[in-house]
Amino acid sequence: MATTEKMILNMGPQHPSTHGVLRLVLELDGEVITKITPDIGFLHRGVEKLSEHRTYHQVLPLTDRLDYLAPMSNNLGYILAVEKLLDIEVPERAKVIRIILAELTRLKSHLVWLACHALDIGAMTVFIYAFRERETIMETYELISGARMTSNFFRAGGLSMDVPPEFEKKVRDFISSMPGYLDQYEGLLTTNPIWLKRTIGNGVISAEDAIDIGITGPALRGSGVDLDLRRDNPYSGYDEYQFQVPVGEKCDTFDRYKVRLVEMREACKIINQALDRLKPGPVLADSPQVCYPPKENVYNSIEGLIHHFKIASEGYPVPAGEVYQGVEAPKGELGFYIVSDGSSKPYRMRIRPPSFVNLQAIEKMAKGSMIADLVAVIGTLDIVLGEIDR
Amino acid sequence: MADNRAVVRLKEKFASSIIEIIEFRGEVTVTVHKQDILNVLSFLKQSLQYNMLTDVTAIDYLGKKDERFMMVYQLYSIPNKDKLRIKAPVSESECHIQSATQVWETANWLEREVYDLFGITFENHPDLRRILMTPEWEGYPLRKDYPLQGPDREPYKGRLS
Repeated sequence: MATTEKMILNMGPQHPSTHGVLRLVLELDGEVITKITPDIGFLHRGVEKLSEHRTYHQVLPLTDRLDYLAPMSNNLGYILAVEKLLDIEVPERAKVIRIILAELTRLKSHLVWLACHALDIGAMTVFIYAFRERETIMETYELISGARMTSNFFRAGGLSMDVPPEFEKKVRDFISSMPGYLDQYEGLLTTNPIWLKRTIGNGVISAEDAIDIGITGPALRGSGVDLDLRRDNPYSGYDEYQFQVPVGEKCDTFDRYKVRLVEMREACKIINQALDRLKPGPVLADSPQVCYPPKENVYNSIEGLIHHFKIASEGYPVPAGEVYQGVEAPKGELGFYIVSDGSSKPYRMRIRPPSFVNLQAIEKMAKGSMIADLVAVIGTLDIVLGEIDR
Repeated sequence: MADNRAVVRLKEKFASSIIEIIEFRGEVTVTVHKQDILNVLSFLKQSLQYNMLTDVTAIDYLGKKDERFMMVYQLYSIPNKDKLRIKAPVSESECHIQSATQVWETANWLEREVYDLFGITFENHPDLRRILMTPEWEGYPLRKDYPLQGPDREPYKGRLS
């Protein structure tokens, strides 16, 4: 009689479908997974430790590098937490531009998710199309901030500078063609029999389990839990916009796919509403103790130069206290918990990474399935290792 | 603050274990004794619908407070859409606290991270191993007495030019 034994298979850290440096130690019975042990931390850079040694202004570029596929969402979460501590009001124009950029970032992040998720399952065409649209968003980033990925554009009190005049037309053009592109992707996938076979019934997690394990974002809504921080705990003026929050029913990969696609259409609607609200005005709050002076003052007056130098060298003091600000980042709830002791550096900054908590569910979602299905589960969780490892 | 539903109920039920209640920028923080932490958390989950544990972390108050560490739990109630923060002090000499994994599974990795970076151990945790650092790593990087540059390295003195 033949004997069988379990096999240990090492997947990653270098593996095309683990989206970065994620290592999974799999215990296999034939091709069926019986145990998954994720091994993370390969990209740990100590962002929380570093931020304790930098001024509030200097921490901002570090946040770009957490979820590098959605830098503006990270900027937004951090800046809102700092502004909550400072208790300053942001001008209307800055709020509207922040929302446009946050939603563009959601589109950008979801496009990468769609591209890589489809590529992992074997649908290569979508990858090429989605990266074409992502390129336009990157160009918009470059237009406003000079950088394609690590934009570092927001500031406590508003924005680092106003957007150039061509920004509005570029975004409008892109948003008017985006629904057509989304139809293209759906045409390639939603009724594709191979896609349906790979995603329906894959990675099922019930609503109770999803809440218990702390999943947030589209992955939670795919399990039928109606929770979106933009609507339920509005920040940055989201309560003034009309949008739908899609939820799934069957808790599987296909429902999460549908939820994210509807979210992309809703993001386009929010951007359209925001573009209509875009009125000329200041983009930085009138609080000189926190905000840098305009560049012409720095170059042309000694007072402006001193002002600039003071903030750049010493930072600005932030009232003692502690706040937690959660934002609905493309991947889930991104939270910044900042403890201030009244100095110009955070005493402790904790980043609540959505991918880290969501990845915890991988064993529950993929245990008992085949290795190929695990690849689909990694794709549907939409993780970014820069954020998991911090 | 007085009309916060959680504060009212916690005052009734756990009057002796509450150390401090603070409201700052609209956020309510309740500090409790660490031996009651599990009872408080499960009460909040069962009776007050705080069904989601958003985050678990710690703060190192080296030289600033009598009890060195502070555990921080961020709770969220999906039905009521409100937040609550629970804190519990942990001293350096008795650097352990009960694990919240029995109440929420979320706590598993989050507590592993606190153990990894602060060195606080969790009683009855199912799998307490380092998570971000390598298993053989010495020291706890997020402690205030851990050097920013890492062990055995010269501190950065700024650019020479």
